[in-house]
Amino acid sequence: MRDLTNEILELIRRTSSSLPPDVEKRLRESIEKEEPGSAARGALETIMKNIELSRANSTPICQDTGTPIFYVHYPVGWSTIQLKAQIRAAMAEATKRSFMRPNAVDAIYDKNTGNNLGGDDFPYVHFEEVESDELTIELMLKGGGCENVGRQYSLPDNSVGAGRDLAGVRKVVLDAVQKAQGQGCAPGILGVSIGGDRGSSYIKSKEVLFSEMGTRNEDPKLAELEEQLTKESNEMGIGPMGFGGKTTVLDTKIVGLSRLPASYFVSVSYMCWAYRRRKMTVKGEEVTYA
Amino acid sequence: MKNITTPISDEAIRDLKVGDSVALSGMMVTGRDAAHKWMIETFIKKTRPPQDDDLQVYEELKKLLKGSVIYHCGPVVTGLDTKDYKFIAAGPTTSIREEPYQADVMKHFNVKGVIGKGGMGPKTLKGCEETPGVYFHAIGGAASFLAQTVVKVHGVFKMDFGVPEAMWVIEVKDFPVVVTMDSHGGSQHAVIDESSKKVLDDLLTR
Repeated sequence: MRDLTNEILELIRRTSSSLPPDVEKRLRESIEKEEPGSAARGALETIMKNIELSRANSTPICQDTGTPIFYVHYPVGWSTIQLKAQIRAAMAEATKRSFMRPNAVDAIYDKNTGNNLGGDDFPYVHFEEVESDELTIELMLKGGGCENVGRQYSLPDNSVGAGRDLAGVRKVVLDAVQKAQGQGCAPGILGVSIGGDRGSSYIKSKEVLFSEMGTRNEDPKLAELEEQLTKESNEMGIGPMGFGGKTTVLDTKIVGLSRLPASYFVSVSYMCWAYRRRKMTVKGEEVTYA
Repeated sequence: MKNITTPISDEAIRDLKVGDSVALSGMMVTGRDAAHKWMIETFIKKTRPPQDDDLQVYEELKKLLKGSVIYHCGPVVTGLDTKDYKFIAAGPTTSIREEPYQADVMKHFNVKGVIGKGGMGPKTLKGCEETPGVYFHAIGGAASFLAQTVVKVHGVFKMDFGVPEAMWVIEVKDFPVVVTMDSHGGSQHAVIDESSKKVLDDLLTR
């Protein structure tokens, strides 16, 4: 099997230092919505300068290079054992080259491993076999500040009067946005999953963040709720960095899952503006990046 | 835009109001979760006996922090092997995690400013009034940009906390911040929290 360690290292470099064009475009558009001379506008202008500088110098967009989340779709015949070993080798090398900050801390003994390898689940790797001749590896880097403001609700939730329906979902998501204030590095992007168990619900609320900005759910009811949540979140006036302003949430993505009759979970994963996700595709000898 | 250089006088602090844009220059020290817990337990509450080089570092910190600034930051640093350190990514981390510690640390070391993101709570706001000091908000995530204002890394303490948690002694030039908590009881964070809560309550009735 082909050794992809160097190609994965390049994927990590790109993800950490070069924000995807769809995110950059959305951020740039939001500048005009903020008052000239306001702290909100100043924050967005600094963000744009930072995006350009990071890309030019191959330096991390944010010093918190986050939890590395890999999704690998592999054709029949590839070894997931070897792919995982290559991902881990690339991660250690990326840390050495300062594309990544050493970010894996043993929670019991408070020791930073120094190389971003911490047990079997750090970095997090998800494998799925596909009927295709293309191997794809997607990487998302999710910072701790935004991860800390994520929330999970078990409906009904009396604190906000949320029942077990989409109207209830709307209420808890808006509550999560208000509670986050600017602490998740607003403007943010919301990944919302409805249903599942506590574990699958959180995982899917992140997985949905791999899709492009503006991608709407195929179900028109959920597509409408996505638009509504973005609009209403922005009415709260939290603004970039929580400075106050019109741009609090750039986009909302919802995924619906199956649930048990007894459970109705809503999970909100808040993604900071430094929405770092990239993809590499291996087809035959050719490796391309997006 | 006001230009302020550390060490900062009480008068200069009292002059600062919520909303002021400031370009900071001079020496400052990074410190986040592990550092704050360690300072409180070892030197302020003294619930943990000093170990290794703790007392020596304490004497250095007293001199460095007096009139100066603590930066909530876990940088990406090159030159770790050669100790020719350089910050290449150094934005602020979320400050609210230091809420239990910050006011006591400010008062103990006479720290005039705290740089971070997301703002802090009532205990720190009271600490800002009493010390006096202010909270400077930096742009979260703007790590490459802010690292360029770090003109020199003078040294590092407590490397055993790991690179992000260690206390880095740095010199900055024109580090851009906005005052979001001042020494007169003003907090932009409290204002926005309250106004957004009102909108939320209205949205929830619809």
